[in-house]
Formats: sequence, structure tokens, C-alpha cells
Amino acid sequence: MTAIPDPSKQGFKFSQLLYDTRYRSMTIQIIALIGILLFFGWLINNTASNLATLGKPIQFKFLGEPASYDINQRLLDYTSRDTHLRASLIGLLNTLILAFMGCVTATVLGVAIGVMRLSKNWLVARVMTLYIETFRNIPVLLWIIIVFSIMIETMPTPSAFRSGEASMMLYDSIAITNRGVYVPEPLFSRSLGDWNLFGTSSLRFGISLDLVVILITLFVGIFASRKVKKNADKIQNETGMRPTTWWKRLSLIIFPVAIILWILGLYLGYPELKGFNFKGGTYMRNSLIALWVALSLYTAAFIAENVRAGIQAVSKGQSEAAHALGISSSRTMSLVILPQALRIIIPPLISQYLNLTKNSSLAIAVGYMDLTGTLMGITLNQTGRELETVLMGMAVYLAISLAISSVMNWYNNSVKLVER
Amino acid sequence: MVDQSFVRTEIVPEKSAPLSEAGIVGWFKKNMFSDIPNTILTGVVLYIIFMVLGNILPWVFSPTWNSVSLTECRSILAEIGRDGHGNGGACWGVIRERWLQLMFGFYPSELYWRPVLSFLLLGVALAPVLFDRVSRKILFFTAVYPFICFWLIWGGSIWFPVSVFTGFIISYFGFVIGSKSAGSLAGVLAAMALPIIWWFVLLSPVNSALNSIIPLGSEAIDSDRLGGFMLAILIGVTGIALSLPIGILLALGRQSDLPILKGVCVCFIEFIRGVPLITLLFVASTLLNVFLPPGSNFDLILRVMIMVTLFASAYMAEVIRGGLAALPKGQYEAADSLGLDYWKAQRLIILPQALKISIPGIVSTFIGLFKDTTLVSIIGLLDPLGLSTNIRADMAWNGILWELYGFVALIFFIFCFSMSRYSMYLERKLATGH
Repeated sequence: MTAIPDPSKQGFKFSQLLYDTRYRSMTIQIIALIGILLFFGWLINNTASNLATLGKPIQFKFLGEPASYDINQRLLDYTSRDTHLRASLIGLLNTLILAFMGCVTATVLGVAIGVMRLSKNWLVARVMTLYIETFRNIPVLLWIIIVFSIMIETMPTPSAFRSGEASMMLYDSIAITNRGVYVPEPLFSRSLGDWNLFGTSSLRFGISLDLVVILITLFVGIFASRKVKKNADKIQNETGMRPTTWWKRLSLIIFPVAIILWILGLYLGYPELKGFNFKGGTYMRNSLIALWVALSLYTAAFIAENVRAGIQAVSKGQSEAAHALGISSSRTMSLVILPQALRIIIPPLISQYLNLTKNSSLAIAVGYMDLTGTLMGITLNQTGRELETVLMGMAVYLAISLAISSVMNWYNNSVKLVER
Repeated sequence: MVDQSFVRTEIVPEKSAPLSEAGIVGWFKKNMFSDIPNTILTGVVLYIIFMVLGNILPWVFSPTWNSVSLTECRSILAEIGRDGHGNGGACWGVIRERWLQLMFGFYPSELYWRPVLSFLLLGVALAPVLFDRVSRKILFFTAVYPFICFWLIWGGSIWFPVSVFTGFIISYFGFVIGSKSAGSLAGVLAAMALPIIWWFVLLSPVNSALNSIIPLGSEAIDSDRLGGFMLAILIGVTGIALSLPIGILLALGRQSDLPILKGVCVCFIEFIRGVPLITLLFVASTLLNVFLPPGSNFDLILRVMIMVTLFASAYMAEVIRGGLAALPKGQYEAADSLGLDYWKAQRLIILPQALKISIPGIVSTFIGLFKDTTLVSIIGLLDPLGLSTNIRADMAWNGILWELYGFVALIFFIFCFSMSRYSMYLERKLATGH
């Protein structure tokens, strides 16, 4: 029997760093690390010397200077005398509200289209395929610009409402003009006022206490309704009979909120034509509407494909088994197919939400003042601080993306099938 | 008692299915009018289709091909009794007058043959990649094609692309000679170091020497004259060609056991995927010159191409990582047990299967990349969308909308749709399933 000598006993040779698999990976990594550090050092060195030549050392003082530009779509109070930091905050909120609105409508539309794509009706399925292919194969920027142009060129001007050429919709409550859409706003006659945070700084932020109270009531209602459901589950498990609870659950959610709204004195502030423009109501600029519509329609096409794939991935045996158990087809859908399809649909859905949020940065093409339009648009041009503004903008987008994906991953983990 | 039982002695001839179940009537009944809700749905959809087509078709068929301005279009439409103010019909004159501009931007019209030729050669170069019936020998042409294309479109001295290409030849010979004389690792090092020395140190003196000895070249074209679909295709094809190999490397890095390499790849991928493309284009247009050595100033289109490539390769890496993760572990173990080293295992066993799984994802990344080339209009390049804005600002065509955007959308649709159909063909061709 021959014994194979242990190579390490022969002492360490320099060539082992390359030819011994135990050390080679370490060598490669250290070389790679040195290379990467050198690369970054080179970049930073270049940047420093370039900035020194330009006389623009990195500093963020410009954020405290007056922005002196106007933002025409905003959630918080803002004047052109406010700082660049506040302008960026307004822009960030505009990005978030656009992303949120877009995600909600895109999901609703996408699920509807995805289900209709699988319809037994040949014509409906074909029309939905046509929709999906059309929207997926044409750039989203083109859609945004097309919708924006339609808004500007085919909608009536506010003056057309005065002369009677155009009229408001839904009992004079909604006005669609080429400047934007005016919808009624909820107002409270016995309002609790705002809760102001951060005093008078650039980050001042008013939270409507009315909204807080309404949300708390809503959550309490939902909590109580879940209690009722659990109780019903318990009774069903014990007796085999499920008590009818839907009206209890519904009223537990609706009535408290309705009572709170009545106490606060809810009324609607309608938009009215005054002078050359509408006053009152909530104003959504044409650029916001164009982005919202275009991003929703575009993303809905992708979501529809995800939904279709998810439903098709649930094996046919599942629905057949449900039918064999005598479960009706609507309950089969809600109790058997959808819970399983959802697990497949959610991960791609997350990335569609992320895509929509990132695509909302195309707002700059139609002049909607989102984060790109404020911080990386006008602020950049006015202050000439390319490095600071672009890096800050990227950092904020990165933070939004990571936040969305972590929330969604958490949800995904909570619905994930626990396998052996 | 009479036997009344009846036994049939001959076989009854087969009858065709009743008319309401077979043929076209049956098909309609089954697929469109199976029950009342279905019938209502069909009716609603038919009504919508009728309304849409009824509005679009008369608009499309409009005798305005030869008009030279929007006012002329409207007067032509008014003459034939259509609505002369608004949407009486399309004004196709704008496409006739400007389609060359939409294709080539402000490229000098007497040199249009150059982009056309490079586009035709692109077809030749892509043929062996796309279809395996084409001879493999053309692949050599595919390798040379990027340099030919660069020279054809930008023009200038022929020696610059030639000497850049020489760097790759040097790299190849460095690898062959190095690995023969001192092992594969030395070969890789030589293949990496020699062309870098060539490109950064020797290239410019050799280039200028060659230029002074044999001044061969064609008329140089400034980058700001490139535009239209030529620009979109240029950026798109470059991004597609480069993002696949970079994406593969990133995906392998992210899947590898080397923690530092893995960390770097993860950071890169997550960073790029976390920010919108438009911010990267801002980096290209405003910041890239700050990061590079003082005095270096290269073309905006080139900077945009770099950024678009980096962006697409991060997405590509995630798609390919999905393919790598979907492979059964047995494939990796089988490669190990055959004694293949890492690169051989990847090249011969893992990647062919992983790439095949990820074809749909890869192609949809390509489609996304091609669509994203429209974003360059925001930083001021004249892609089809930027040109449309220009044309709409022209006095003669002020107010034109559907014709232009419809035309641009149609061309994008044709490109993207054919890419997605090709991916389906490829999937069917490569399917080895059971």
C-alpha cells in the first residue's frame, strides 16, 4: 500500500498561491479587491482633481439656499422663497404619490386584463392579447407623451366651460380641462386641524389630524371584523355550520368611519369656474394625469401577463379536485386557485411596482415636478452642482426601491408555501 | 309469441355532428355565444371594436400624402367634404417629407448609403448568430463587424478602428503564446495586459504614424448629426451585444463562492437596478467627464452607450442568475465529477442549459433596452422622439400629433414584436423537453 504524502507537510511554496485550489480563490479575490480599490481610487482622484480645477468642492450648502422656482403640483405648502431642500422634498412626495396611484390602478387593470386574457370568449381573449402586445412593445415614454398631447390638444380649455362648449361631469363635480382635472375635495367643517412637525424648517410637514382619526377608526373596524371572522371560524369548526357574518363584518368597518366623518362634518368642496380658471377642489395637473394614465396602462400590460402566467401555473388537478369536492366555481377561484396563483404572481408583481416607480422619473419629459424634475432638474441647472444633486437623487431612488422590495419580500415570505 | 327484439345487423354510417356544434357555427357558438353573459360580453366587445375601427379607418385613409404643410392637409380634407379643422383625416405629408429625417437624423443625405450599408451588413453579421442554417464561417465577419460599422457611420481615418481591432488580435496571440509557454493563468494575464498596453500607450503614436504615411479614410461625421432610428438601433444593438457577456460574468460572479467577488457583483447589480435609467443618463451627460481623467472628453453618444450597457447588463445578470438557479444541482455535481474545471464546467455544461432556460427573460431585457433608447431624447439626443418634438415645433407641421407618434410607435412595435416572436421560435427550436 502506498501512502499519499500530505502536500502541506512539504512546506509552503509560493507557487501554491496560484496552483493550489485551497489558496487560489483567496489569491484571485485579493487581486480583484486590489484592482477594484485601485479603480475607485482612480475615480475619486480624478473627481477630486476635476472638481478642484472647476473650483466646486463637494458641499451641500446649496440645499439651504432659496430655490426661487415654482412647483405647480404640490402636497405641502411651498413658495419660490423656500429652499432647494424643500423643493426636493415636494418633488419626492410627488414621485411617491404618482407611484402609489400608478401601482393601484395598474394592479386593478392588470388583474382584470390578465383574467380576461384567459377568458373562454375567443373575442375577448384576442382583444386583450392585442392590448398587451401593443402596450408592451411600444416605449413607455412614447405613451406618456401621447397621452399628454391628447390631454393638451383635445380637452376643452377652462374658458370653454364658461361659454358652455364644455360641461362638467357627474353633476358638475369633475372638470376635465386641458390644464388638468379638478375633482371635489373632502373638507371638514369641524376639522381637528393639522399636526405640524419640524416647526418652520425646510422639512416642515403638516399631518391632518382628521385623516389620522379616520385611519385609526378604520383600523379598529377592520380589527373588530377580523375578530368576528375568527369567531365564525371557531363556530364552524365546532358545529360545522358557518354563521352568516358578512353584514356584521361590513357594518363594523363602515359605520364607525361614517360616524366619525359625520362628527367631523364632512362636506365636498366643488371646483368652480372663477375668472379664467377653476378654483376649489383638488387639482391634478395634466402632466400628472398623463403620467398616471400612461404608466398604469403600460404597467398593466406587464402585470396582466404575470397574472395570466400565475393562474396558468396552478395545475389543472387543483381545480378538478375542488370541483370533485363539490365546491362552486367562484369559491374554487377564491379558495383554491387564487391563493396558489398569488404566490407565483407576487414576486414579478413586486418588480413591476419597482419598474413603475422608476419609470415615474420620466415625468421630466412632460414637466411634472417629481424628484427628477426638482432636484436633478431645475436645482441642478440653477446651482450647477451636478455631482451632489445627481448622487442625492440616485440615493433617494435607491432607498425607495430597496424599501419597496423589502416590504414586498416580507409579504412574499409571509405567503410563501412552507415546504418540508 | 312474436319475437320483437331488434338486433341491428349492419353498422349505421357515421353522421357528421349537428350543424350547431360543428363547423363555423359551432365554433362561434362555443367560443363567443356559449351562455348569456358571454353573449353580452361578445356584443360589447364587438361594439367597441366597431366604434374604434369606425373612427380610425376613415382617418387613416386620407389623400394627403403629397401635402407640404398641415394647412394644406386641412384644405385638401375640406375640399373632399371632410372635417377640415380637427380630425377629419390623417396628414401623411409629414411622414413623406420627414421620414428620412426620422430614420437618419441630420446625417448628410448624400452619405445615407453608409448607414444603410452598415444596417445591411448588420443583417449579414447577425445571420449566423440567429439562424444555425447559415454557415459558421460568417462568424468571423460578425467579430469584425462592430469596427466596420463604427467606421461606416462615423467615418474618419480607417486606421483608428483597425488599430483598436489589432488590440484584440494581440490579446488572442498573447493568450495562445502565454498559455503554451507558461500555463493558462499566464495566458489569461497576457491576454489582459498586452492589449491594455497597446491601447493606452502604443495606439495613438502608431495611429498618427499610419495616418501620416497612408492617409486612408472617409468623411468624418459629427455625433450630433446622428439621430432617428439609426441612433436608436445603434445604441440598442451596442447595448444588446455588450450586455449579454457582461451580464453572464456578473451572474457567475453573484453565484460564485468567492465572497469578495460576490459582494462586488451584488452591490453593482442592486445599485443599477435600484435607480432609474434616466439618472444614469444624467450621469452620462453631466458627470462622467468629472469621473474621468482631466482633459478627457469623449462623445456623448459613446457615454450614453456605456451607461445603457451597464444598465442592461445588471438586468441581464438577474435574468441569467434565475437560469443558473433553476438548473438542478445534479448538473453542477456531474460537471465536478467529470473533473472539469470551473470555466470548462460553465462553458460546456452549465451555461448552455442556463441560457436556454433564460431565453424569454433575455429577449424581454433586449426589448426593454431597445425601448429605453427613447430616453436619450430627454438628455437632448435626437432619437425618433426628440426629432418628433423638433418636427412638431416646425411652423408647417405645428399641431401634428397622431401621424408622427403613430409612425414612431409602429416602427418600435415592429422591431420589438419581431424580437419577441424570434424568442418564441428559439424556445421551440431548443426545446428538448419530454
